[in-house]
Order: sequence, then C-alpha cells, then structure tokens
Amino acid sequence: MGREQGTRGEMTHLSDEALLALVSRSDDEALAELYDRYGRIAYGLALRILRDRALAEDAVQEAFLGIWRSAESFLGERAKPSTWILTIVHRRAVDLVRREERRRGEPLDVVADPAGGAADEEASLRQRRRAVQAALRQLPDDQREALELAYYGGFTQSELAERLGQPLGTIKSRMFAGLRRLRDLLADAGFDAPVTEL
Amino acid sequence: MTNDLHELTAGYALDALEEDERRAFEEHLASCAVCEGELPSLHDAAAALAHDVYAPAPPAELRDRVLRQVHRERTNVVRLRPRWQWPVAGVAAVAAGAAIGFGIWAFSESSSLDRERAARRADAKALAIVAAPGSIRFPLYGATGALVVARSGQAALVVSGLRPAPEGKTYEVWVVRGGPPQPAGIFPGGSGRLVVALKRVVPHGARVAVSIEKAGGSEKLTGSMLFGAQTA
Repeated sequence: MGREQGTRGEMTHLSDEALLALVSRSDDEALAELYDRYGRIAYGLALRILRDRALAEDAVQEAFLGIWRSAESFLGERAKPSTWILTIVHRRAVDLVRREERRRGEPLDVVADPAGGAADEEASLRQRRRAVQAALRQLPDDQREALELAYYGGFTQSELAERLGQPLGTIKSRMFAGLRRLRDLLADAGFDAPVTEL
Repeated sequence: MTNDLHELTAGYALDALEEDERRAFEEHLASCAVCEGELPSLHDAAAALAHDVYAPAPPAELRDRVLRQVHRERTNVVRLRPRWQWPVAGVAAVAAGAAIGFGIWAFSESSSLDRERAARRADAKALAIVAAPGSIRFPLYGATGALVVARSGQAALVVSGLRPAPEGKTYEVWVVRGGPPQPAGIFPGGSGRLVVALKRVVPHGARVAVSIEKAGGSEKLTGSMLFGAQTA
C-alpha cells in the first residue's frame, strides 16, 4: 500500500484509536498512516458508488480532510475507528453521487472483481471481502438487494420503494431485518478483528 | 410508532433516510435507549459492506494530494487544546455533546438540498459574508462547521447538528482577543445547518467561541466554551 519508510515506521505499531488521537492533535504523519491503512478500501468504496475515478478521488480526498478536521469528535465516541472512517467515506461518496445525479443502475458489476483478487491486493482485504460476500449470500434475496442498493447505490428508502414497486414500510422492514442479520452473520464469522490482524 | 422509528436505525446506519425522516430519527435517538444501543452495531455492519468491494490501488498522487492539503491546513490553523475540549459534565455537555455525536457527524457535510434550506433560513448578511470573495474559512473545534471571516473582519458562523438550546437558555457567540470575551450575538441552535452573522468584527488572530447562556444572552461569559475557532 505504498507505505513509506522513515519516521512513520513507528506509526505502524499504533492502533487506529491511537492514530486518531494523534490526528486530533494535528499529527499529519498519523493521518498518513491512516491513509495507508484505509485509503485503498476508501477508494474502492468510492469508486463502486461513483463509478468515476476522478469523482472517487475527490470523495476520498474530502473524506480524509474531514477525518483530519474532526478526529477530535471521534474521541469519546463508542464507535469503532474503522466504522467511523468508512462512514465518513461512504457519506462523502453518497453525497457526491446524489449531487451529481449519477444514476446508479447496476451497482454490482461496475468495478470488475478479478477472480481471486488482484495480485497486489493485500490478503487481509481479500479475506474480509470474502467474509462479507459469504454473509451477504446467506441473506434472503430481497434483503440483500435492499442493502446493496442503499449502500452502494446511494438510494434512499423512498427511492427504493419506488424503484422496486414496494410499499415504503416493506423496504424499511427489509433493510432492518437484512442489516441485523448481516451483523449477526458477520459476528459469527469473526469479522470483528481489526483489518491489520486478520 | 416507536417500532417504526426503531426500524429506521438500519436506514440511518446506511445513510438511506430522506432528510425529514433523518431529523425525526435523530430526535427520537436522543431519548431512546433501545435505538441508541443498537445503532453502533448496525453502523459496524453497514461499514463492513465497504469490504465487499474489489479495491484497486488508488493512484499514488492521491496520497500526495491528501497529505499536501492536510499540511496546508496544519500550517495555517492553530488548533485549540486542551482547554477547548468538551466539558465533561453539566447542562452544556448534555445539550451540545449529545447532538454532535457519531451519527450526526456522519451527516454533517450536508446535501445540496440541505444547503438550499439553510440558505433560506440564513439571513442575507451572513450569506454575503460566506460568499464574499477572499473570505477565509476556519474549521470549528468541538462542533461541525466553520467560522467564515470576510476581509472586512465581518464574520459568520456555519454550524451543523446543533441541538436547540435548553429551555430558558441560548447559544451565545464570543470574540476573544487579549481581554475578556466580547459578546457577538445569540442564536437558538436547532437541527440542520445554521448560518449566524456575528455582531462584532473578528480581528486577525482572534478566537471565536460559543457558550450557552441565559435566554436573551449575557454581557459576560458565564458558561463553558463549547466550541469555536481560532483565526490564524
């Protein structure tokens, strides 16, 4: 992931929480380390949502700037750092996709997934991806569809109700049941370990 | 109704609620231990979906761009701490701390629709300051938003996700430079993004802070400084 040598070597041993605490004290090397840990997944997510490399780069840049500016607000949160970071990236990408009115037709096959993953992809990322895919496969089709269109497509529940020709209440229930089930399946699969330790 | 609202935790965690529902849910969240208890795990599950993405390596220059921009901010802005960290107790912490939590933060960079609504709410003076060429934005500490200072020194506060001030109280803005904090206007808070014109110019190097004071405002700072910004 392009990690550089030098003073940052010490940073690689720090937890995400510790890095965010340093970022809140304006430590830009800590931010660089967070970028090295999360930049790739952030870019992949933004690209999947936006399907445009330039827009995805903008979303990632804005997200990391947001992390830089508000790391302080993370302190004292009960959230996991990875969740906090990825939520910011997701939000920026979804904001952009909604603003750009880019249409989000078939969110599944935009960025081709090479069989077995790319050679340069870290094994830990590949493992996590497989765990999530396996969990998603166990969801009922309608629940999986609702989650994927919302998360990768940036559709709101109301938009989904219209698009799928279902009552809004049905969509809400599907999403709720689906996300809870996904949470439980991931917990069973031991997904909670930090990225760096998988 | 509570059950309906509870189901919205998933839509909220996935950022899939319409604006009005999101606000209604955030209000509900503040008083519902069940939703508040379940939300973090649903946020985690939603974020896990980020991993079902084949992640090509981002271009190397993106890293440089991010770090260059951060470095610029680092050299331009002096961060405030530790005296500006959240107060740990008291009315102010409950009112403001609860509002600027994780969930709400995630929505702080609001949609264009949000901005339109905010624009309608904000007064013309504040917007003129925000839009003036050469205005400088200083990120807020302790809240989401920015202090925008025009070349003239006139300034506006742009802040998101702030709860309404408690009954009988108001938010009050202060300008601090050397001497005691000078009052610079009051505002009620409230959901969405607020744009508040300051009633006092902000000289170069001054600090701007916001506290909670008795309704109608105070001539002297009595509350804790909840959030603010330091001009370079």
